[in-house]
Amino acid sequence: MTIQVSPVKETTKVTAASQRAAYWATLLELAQASASPVKGLETLREGAIAPSQSQSFPTTRNEEWRFTDLSALLDVALSQPDSTVAPSAADLDAYALPEAAGSRVVFVNGQFSAALSDRTAIPQSVFVGALSDAPDALVAQIGQISGAEEEFTALNSAGFQDAVLIHLPKNAVVDAPIHLLFVTVGDRPSLVQPRCLLVAEPNSAVTLVEEYVSLGTTPHLTNAVTEFILAENAQVKHTRIQGDTTTAFHIGKTAISQERTSRYVGLTVDYGSQVSRHNLHVHQVGEQTETVLNGLAYLRGEQTSDTHSAIALTQPHAQTRQLHKTIIDDRAHAIFNGKVFVPQAAQMTDAGQLNRNLLLSPKARVDTKPQLEIVADNVKCTHGAAIGQLEADEVFYLQSRGIDSDSARKLLIYAFAYEILDDLPVPSLKQRLLNQLQIAR
Amino acid sequence: MIRENSDVILSVKDLTATVDGNSILKGVDLEVKAGEIHAIMGLNGSGKSTFSKVLAGHPDYKVTGGSVSYLGQDLLELEPEDRSRNGIFLAFQYPLEIPGVSNLDFLRVAYNAKRKQAGEEELDAFDFDELVREKLDIVKMDAAFLNRSVNEGFSGGEKKRNEILQMALLEPRLAILDETDSGLDIDALKTVAEGVNTLANADNAMLVITHYQRLLNYIVPDYVHVMANGRIIRTGTKELAMELEERGYDWLMVEETAAV
Repeated sequence: MTIQVSPVKETTKVTAASQRAAYWATLLELAQASASPVKGLETLREGAIAPSQSQSFPTTRNEEWRFTDLSALLDVALSQPDSTVAPSAADLDAYALPEAAGSRVVFVNGQFSAALSDRTAIPQSVFVGALSDAPDALVAQIGQISGAEEEFTALNSAGFQDAVLIHLPKNAVVDAPIHLLFVTVGDRPSLVQPRCLLVAEPNSAVTLVEEYVSLGTTPHLTNAVTEFILAENAQVKHTRIQGDTTTAFHIGKTAISQERTSRYVGLTVDYGSQVSRHNLHVHQVGEQTETVLNGLAYLRGEQTSDTHSAIALTQPHAQTRQLHKTIIDDRAHAIFNGKVFVPQAAQMTDAGQLNRNLLLSPKARVDTKPQLEIVADNVKCTHGAAIGQLEADEVFYLQSRGIDSDSARKLLIYAFAYEILDDLPVPSLKQRLLNQLQIAR
Repeated sequence: MIRENSDVILSVKDLTATVDGNSILKGVDLEVKAGEIHAIMGLNGSGKSTFSKVLAGHPDYKVTGGSVSYLGQDLLELEPEDRSRNGIFLAFQYPLEIPGVSNLDFLRVAYNAKRKQAGEEELDAFDFDELVREKLDIVKMDAAFLNRSVNEGFSGGEKKRNEILQMALLEPRLAILDETDSGLDIDALKTVAEGVNTLANADNAMLVITHYQRLLNYIVPDYVHVMANGRIIRTGTKELAMELEERGYDWLMVEETAAV
C-alpha cells in the first residue's frame, strides 16, 4: 500500500472550504439586502443572522447532508430576484386549479402579486394575505416553531422578501382549497425565499396546496419555509408540489406544530429541480394528534431529491402514518431519511412508516434511512423500506394480455404512483400531475 | 372432443428450455388439435409450469432447442403480447394486482389490443361495458368487480374467476390454465371449471396444467399427459389421472426409469 500526501489536494480542500464560506456569506448578504422592512420582524431577523454568520454552506461530510451534494450550486452566481418581470395570467394557466379559482394566492419571485391572485371565495373572517397587510399578532407568530436554527431556515428568516400569512379563526371552515403558487421567473439566476405561515385556531379546517414552479429554465435557488400552527382539533390538509425547473436548486422546510386532537394530512410531490431537499418537521404539543405524511418523488435525468422528515412526539395517543414513495429513472438519486421520536411520555403511540422505492434504470440510486427512536414501552410502531425494480413477472402478466412492454411498464409505474396521488384532495391537480409526470393512461 | 379432421392448433417438437442456466424442459413433444382438452399433470418441479410460461413467452425462460408451431406459424418468434393478440391465453397461477387501474379499464385495454390486431375497430367504453356485463355471468361475478382495481384485495377464488373472465373476453384459440385449481375451495373450483367448460368449443383448445386430479372431475380432458424431469413420460386418457390419484406418481417414475 502506498500512501500519498499531496499538497496540491490540501490546497484544493482549503480553497473549497473558503469558497463555501464565501458563497454562504454571499447568500446571507443577498438575503439581508432583499429583506422586507416590516415592523415586528426585527427580533426574528436579528435572531437568525447571528447563527447564519457562524454557519457555512453544507458539505456531504455533514451527516444531515451526507447523500445530498449541493456543490453544483457553488458554480451558480446568484443575485437578488428581478422585481421588474411580471408574468401574465395566461402564463400561469397551466397551473390554474378550477377548484381554487377564487382562493388563489400567487407570489412572483418571492413577492406577493395582487394582480395574479384572487381571494374572492375566501370567507371574510379568514385572513389570507401578504406580510404588509397582515395583523401584527399574526406576524409575531412567524418563526416560533423550534428548528429555526437550521442553516437554510435561518437564512430564510434573515431575509425573506415577503410572506403569505393565513389565519383561520375558531370554527372557521374554508370549503375551497387555497392554492399558494410560488412562481420563479426571469433571466437572472436568483435567490428566492418564500415564506408562509398558517395559524389554524380550534376546530378550524382548511385544504392548502403549496406549489413551486419556474417559468423558463434559468437556474435559481428557492429556499422556502412554511409553518403550520394547529390549535386544538384543527384540521389541515396540505399538499406540497415542488415542480421547479430542472436547473434549479430547491430547499424547502415545512414545520408543523400540533395541539391536542389536531389532524395534519400532508402529501408532497417532488418532480422538479436539479437538487431538492425537503425538511419536514412535526412537533406534537398536545395528545391524541393525528399526522399523515405521504410523499412521491419522481426523478429523471440527473435529478437529486432528498426528503428528511422528523416527527417529534411528546404526548400520548398520537397516531402517525407515513408512506414515502420514489420513482427513480436514468441517473437520478433519491434520498429518504425519516425519523420518528417516541419518548417515554408518548405512551400509546401508533406510528407507521414505510418508504418504497422503484428503480427504473441500472444507474438510478436511492439512499434510505428510516429511523425510529422508541423509549416508551406501550406503543405500536412499524417502519420499513423497500427498494425494487419493475418485476419481469409483472410486465409479463400485462404482455400476456396483449399489452406491449412499454405500455405495460407505464401502467405499472402509474399503479405505483397512484397509491400516493389518489389521495390528492383536489381532483384537477391529481389529473394534471398524472399528465405532467406522463403516467396518465 | 377428439375429432379426426380438426386443425392442429399447437405442435411442440423436442422442446428444450432453461431458466437461470438450469435445464428445465428436456425435450417436450405435444400436439393439440381444435376442440381438444389436454391435461398436463406432474409433481412440483416436473417442468409443467415452465412449459406454460415458455408457450406464453416469459422472458426469463430461454428456449434452447426444438420448435413450437402455433396455427402453422413459429410461435417462438413472437413477443408475448403478439402471442396474446394472436389467440394464446395463459391463466396465471398468481395473477398480478394492479392498484389504481380499474378492472374494467384493464379488460378493455386487453380486449382492444386484440381487436386492433385483427383489424377490427376498438370498442368504446360504452359498448365494452355492455359486452363485459354479458360475460360476467360465465364466472358468476358481480358487476361491482369491474370498478375495483385489478385483483387488488381479491380473494384467491376471485382472482381465478377474474382470469377466466379475461379468457371469456379474449376468446383465445389456445387457453393454458396454469394450476388454476390451486388454493380454490370446492365452490370456486366448480365455478371456474364451469366457466372453462362454457368457453370450450370445437374451434379452440385447452391445456389444463394441474397438480391434482380433482379439477379433472369438472373439466373432463380428452388426453392426460404426465410430465417428469422436463419431458412428457406418459400420455393417456382421464383414467390415467384417476390412476395417478390412487397410486401417486412413483410407479410411473419407476417404469420410466426401467424403460431407460
